Amino acid sequence: MTEPNLPIASIKGVTKSFGATIALQDVDFDCYPGEVHAVLGENGAGKSTLMKTISGVLAPTSGTVFAQGKPVTFKGPADAMAVGFVCMYQELSLVPDLTVRENLLLGAPGSGLGRLKGGALPKARELLDQIDGEHIRFGSKVSDLTLAECQQVEVVKALIRNPKLLILDESTSALNSSVVDKVFDLVRAQRDLGVAILFISHRFHEIEALADRISVFRNGQRVETFRNGDQDYSTIINMMVGQRIDELFPPKVIPKAGAEPVLELRDFAWPPKVKPTSFTIKEGQIIGLGGLDGQGQSTLLQGIFGLLKGTQGTILINGSDAPKSGPLAAKQSDVGLAYIPEDRKADGLIQAQSINENLELAALGRSDLNATDHNIYKPSLDRLELKHGGLDLPVSSLSGGNQQKVVLAKWLALAPKVLLLADPTRGIDVKTKTQIYALLRELAEQGTAILLLSTDYEELIHLCDETHIFYDGGIVRSLRGEDLSAQNIIGASLNIPDVADHKGIADA
Amino acid sequence: MRDFVTAYRRELIAAAVLAALLVFYLITHPRGASTYVLTIWANQCAILGLVAIAQFFAVVVRGIDLSVGAIMALTNVVGSHLLSGTGIDLAFGVIVVVATGAACGLLNGLLVVYGRIQPIVVTLSSASIFVGLALILRPTPGGRVNYDIADAMTLDLFGIPTALVLIAIIIFAFWLPFRRTGLGLGIYAVGSSQQAAFQSGMPVATIRLAAFTLAGVFAGLAGLFYTFVTTTGDAGIAPNFTLNSIAAVVLGGVLLRGGTGTLIGALIGAFILKTIASLMFFSGIPSLAQPLFEGLILAVAIAVGAADVLRSKHRLEVFGR
Repeated sequence: MTEPNLPIASIKGVTKSFGATIALQDVDFDCYPGEVHAVLGENGAGKSTLMKTISGVLAPTSGTVFAQGKPVTFKGPADAMAVGFVCMYQELSLVPDLTVRENLLLGAPGSGLGRLKGGALPKARELLDQIDGEHIRFGSKVSDLTLAECQQVEVVKALIRNPKLLILDESTSALNSSVVDKVFDLVRAQRDLGVAILFISHRFHEIEALADRISVFRNGQRVETFRNGDQDYSTIINMMVGQRIDELFPPKVIPKAGAEPVLELRDFAWPPKVKPTSFTIKEGQIIGLGGLDGQGQSTLLQGIFGLLKGTQGTILINGSDAPKSGPLAAKQSDVGLAYIPEDRKADGLIQAQSINENLELAALGRSDLNATDHNIYKPSLDRLELKHGGLDLPVSSLSGGNQQKVVLAKWLALAPKVLLLADPTRGIDVKTKTQIYALLRELAEQGTAILLLSTDYEELIHLCDETHIFYDGGIVRSLRGEDLSAQNIIGASLNIPDVADHKGIADA
Repeated sequence: MRDFVTAYRRELIAAAVLAALLVFYLITHPRGASTYVLTIWANQCAILGLVAIAQFFAVVVRGIDLSVGAIMALTNVVGSHLLSGTGIDLAFGVIVVVATGAACGLLNGLLVVYGRIQPIVVTLSSASIFVGLALILRPTPGGRVNYDIADAMTLDLFGIPTALVLIAIIIFAFWLPFRRTGLGLGIYAVGSSQQAAFQSGMPVATIRLAAFTLAGVFAGLAGLFYTFVTTTGDAGIAPNFTLNSIAAVVLGGVLLRGGTGTLIGALIGAFILKTIASLMFFSGIPSLAQPLFEGLILAVAIAVGAADVLRSKHRLEVFGR
């Protein structure tokens, strides 16, 4: 394929930061007419930020977006659509209370706030039928559709806007493979008409089937762009991983011989999101849970802590059955579960209450503890060196890292037997991270079973004794020892068979 | 047809309830079914109906307007000063009254959209401002209104109460065409999912602004019609109408979480509420006990509305199933 000289969309020197976090750093990127350009990268590599910058949802902190060679400033998605940049979003852009027909008309070209024009509807019906959507009626409310049906509508909604650049941000994740094939046929037809396609997917075989060029992103930077087929899997994965040196982690300890299991899961499940899952954590062990976002691992932690109704299977703690009736039962001393939630701002702390009041919340309801006795929190607070301007101040006055210390301290006061942590170091400074790592290792040595969900594979490699990788609701691989490498974690997260000895295409 | 019934089941239920109540009312009324009785009934209902429409526009974009009664009081007072003339003067008066309502709504909208303050806070404070203005303009009830236009608007046309004709004009000449515009669709999109509306390229700020302005316009129309019915200006009518407007939209199937419901539903809710109040007037309940019963009915109506919110998909993520 020859590349015409003028890219439909390009960005030059674009940086996007959210506060102190830099999501995109000095990125140059081009997308030409008639090509499918795939973007690869792990969670947080900056893919979605890139798409949102090009589609006008986010404005770049610095740098310029060009549409057909001309610099443009988008005030919102409407401006991007006006130059033909149309995005199918990962988080759907359908309005739940409106019907399919109304959603297709919403913001359709030429309508604005005036009289709605239904001219595109026959074409929409035709497109919907082509991707197995014959059963989706225009009169149905979107909130009554399944996620897959929503994605089919989303595809059609984008196509009837006559895009010059079509952005697919994981927009086929809920579709089954035969529908995906049909969507891809439509996408290829668009490409052949000269439309540029930007494509994010976590399914390697989809990228292999569809992409002309591939760009790999890591830590907000574009690492490399190459033609599909020029690089093999292991090279691509190495680009995604990069080289990072870390002295953050405490040394691993050799497990004691004859260590007793503390937590044991037997066919624990919450259909359909979590498939039957079994594993054991022995005394002294830190076990990691990895995988892409939303593959069931965070739901599993909530399930173990009793936050979900209708979980199945057995949880054994020191050999006896744990109740699944909720947090109050789970935190009693005979069960001894503690859960550090993913969203500490919303789920872990009550922002308007003082640090002292927040600390007391976990111990309340435990008859064997006096929650108002602050000596029970002091050891962990000292251990973690909580920096505060007074324990009577609202917890919202603390930085993110210090807030997480409060969450940890309030649960550690209960001396839990099993500590469940959902990504406890996300968005936290390096020093606090190191403190938390050391604390976790120390707790493990004292006999606490630690189950650590992490989106940072460095933690999974260097802190955990064994890591289970989730894909589509279940464990696809369990890695330990030599096998516990970044390559293997990413490979398993994408559900590619063992990277070292396969070059075949994985089935999702 | 199936989609229609599913989509408008709340309105259909409310309409059935209204029909039953109306029949019951006409049977109980000492003077029986007559144009006179129907006209009185329709006038009372139409006043609340217009305020309920105002409330509907605020609620549908996931807001609430606690100033609709106050706007009504202000426009009523303005009307009592400007609607006594004839011809051009009268037309000018009508325009100023409605424009006053629109300006009040626009002010609310600007504070909500650009001031980024919650609608409940904005309208709670603006309500005091509007009532304060009304009190300055007319400290005690009074004023004079051109009786010709007042009669024309509040009696009947060939046996049909004029109020019902006006309501029909609002539905057919305004609401149904409006629903087929981008703005008409946009208010639902913004109320249902602001992010989705934004990502679809809708001008979210403009739409919310327009919705609050429309709320002001209809509160102004309510004030205008109230002036024709009572032929006086009274700054003290605000609280009652604000509360009843919220009850009316809930009764009419408009969910307070925004994004659903129709103008017609809000109208039906208002008509139900007023009919119940009128029924009570004839039912022999001691007049001192009437607020108690009205309150009970409102509480039940709001509880029913809230139950519907629970049935919707807004459940806690955790503790799912």
